[in-house]
Amino acid sequence: METAPPHLHLHAQTRWSSLEIAFWLSTLLPFALLPSYLQLANQIAVTALFALSLDLILGYAGIVSLGHAAFFGVGAYTAGILSKYLWGEPLSLLAIGALAAGVVGYATSWIIAYFRHLALIMITLGLGLLLYEAANSASWLTGGADGLQGVSIRPLFGVFPFDLYGRTAYAYSLLALFLAFLVARRVIYSPFGLALRGIRENPLRMPAIGAPSRAHIRKIYTIAAVMAGTAGALIAETTESVSLETLSFQRSADVLVILILGGAGRLYGGILGAIIYMVARDQFSGINPQYWYFWIGLLLVAVVMFLPNGILGGFAKFFPRKA
Amino acid sequence: MAGFFGVLFDGFAYGMLLFLLSVGLSVTLGMMNFINLAHCSFGMLGGYVTVTLMERLGWPFLATLPAAFVAAAALSMVLERLLFRRAYRAGELDQCLLTIGVVFMSVASAAYIWGTVQQPVQLPDYFSGSLVFLGVNFAYYRLFLIATALAVTALLVAGLEWTRFGAQVRAAVDNQRMSRGLGIDVDRAFAITFALGSGLAGFGGSLAIAMVGLDPDFAFAYLIYVLIVVSVGGLASIGGSFAAAAVLGISDMAGKYYVPQLGSFLIYLVMVGVLMWRPAGLFGRR
Repeated sequence: METAPPHLHLHAQTRWSSLEIAFWLSTLLPFALLPSYLQLANQIAVTALFALSLDLILGYAGIVSLGHAAFFGVGAYTAGILSKYLWGEPLSLLAIGALAAGVVGYATSWIIAYFRHLALIMITLGLGLLLYEAANSASWLTGGADGLQGVSIRPLFGVFPFDLYGRTAYAYSLLALFLAFLVARRVIYSPFGLALRGIRENPLRMPAIGAPSRAHIRKIYTIAAVMAGTAGALIAETTESVSLETLSFQRSADVLVILILGGAGRLYGGILGAIIYMVARDQFSGINPQYWYFWIGLLLVAVVMFLPNGILGGFAKFFPRKA
Repeated sequence: MAGFFGVLFDGFAYGMLLFLLSVGLSVTLGMMNFINLAHCSFGMLGGYVTVTLMERLGWPFLATLPAAFVAAAALSMVLERLLFRRAYRAGELDQCLLTIGVVFMSVASAAYIWGTVQQPVQLPDYFSGSLVFLGVNFAYYRLFLIATALAVTALLVAGLEWTRFGAQVRAAVDNQRMSRGLGIDVDRAFAITFALGSGLAGFGGSLAIAMVGLDPDFAFAYLIYVLIVVSVGGLASIGGSFAAAAVLGISDMAGKYYVPQLGSFLIYLVMVGVLMWRPAGLFGRR
């Protein structure tokens, strides 16, 4: 397997397995089986998209970020504020929210590309916190700690309103997640994706063999920011509200936990992590409203102890890798 | 002018709290590259030990401080044996996940045992009041804090520089594999350092609650501050942690005093600036 030429290796990986097709078909099941859980399903789809965007930089390029919520929040606030003052057409707002996050991502990528290790983690954390504080003090625009009031979104395509049950919301978010997944899949299995993995494995060697590491990092960081912004805009549109929490350290930490839980560096890691984490949180907080995070904590510890490299990484050990 | 020196003094006292809370993490992170995000949970434990001993058993405040140290150190030894030791060879992401899990569990346990409300802390009478010198108020408790932190710093520096154990720790920080090759029991040195560092966090936590309050959120709220101190100061550098904690304490206090509308903006800006200038921290070597 190791001796196969790169393009054949990549080509072999791009084939869709029956398991993948079954998985994506099963994401449609909530419409039929769990109609009262569609709001939760929507939250999961958005979180999965957010985690997928983090996976692109963390799992593939090895950039650990503790400030990824910045892009989520920029997407959410852009969509929310524009819907309040200009117009409420969801698709265009989604695009503008994603674009705004991409611009912020591209601007910060010039800083990010120069650092590694603890300094990188702390700079991403610091930039995220700076944005949080800025949004908090600009309360005339963002509503500050009370959250943004008066977000109103028109029906999707002028036909499907975002109702209380979350039918439209889940369909919309799921479609966005699937399209973003296709993009991520295309990126990861391209030569560019292979170069990213090279950076992750050995950041010194890649420049030495002539790969423009920093340009690669800037590129993937911007792509990830666009995706995170899409997720943020989705949550603003489907819940018709934006809170300061979308920018918080808590959200950055949560998505990091979700991704590592599922398995970083695997396309389905973020999606699986989001499903397990959000369902577990929903169930635990139903059983034990005050202390649910004890059980979440226990889950995380157990995963590290018994399934290192996340759930997908742990299980991958038991099954031989496909060639 | 007096106001300025007052802010400087209060900020320095606050910085010393941050120093006590974070110095242990700085050394253990530098030594084993083990990312212990649960470090502040030990600080929180120290705080709760102090509150419980004072409120329920009527211990004097000063007597609870060593107890907080011992409790945090003991718990950290148990956790190190049971959980953390297995994760040394794991990747840094797994270490983050493991220790975040421990933070979640500690926060939930604290909420379960002590409730989610702010804990009342009644300092003894001899700590109330303040010394007025050249028009500046020097609160007795803050003077005590600063004196304690300076004493701890002196002890740590002396211990690290002049004892055999300190030499082993320095060797392990510089080159872990080489130290093992020379027959130094790095795992044992690490376990002891880990316990001492966590104990110091517990000690710092019990000193902190009179100034910053205590609720189960403590473990998360101070995690960010501790990480800032560790990264700005540089790994495994006691002097670095001291300087970083002082700078952060003062800039945080000054920011909240002079430009309150910006909140914590200033200290994040200071951190990002310092790290962009020196990615290894002020006193870090790598």
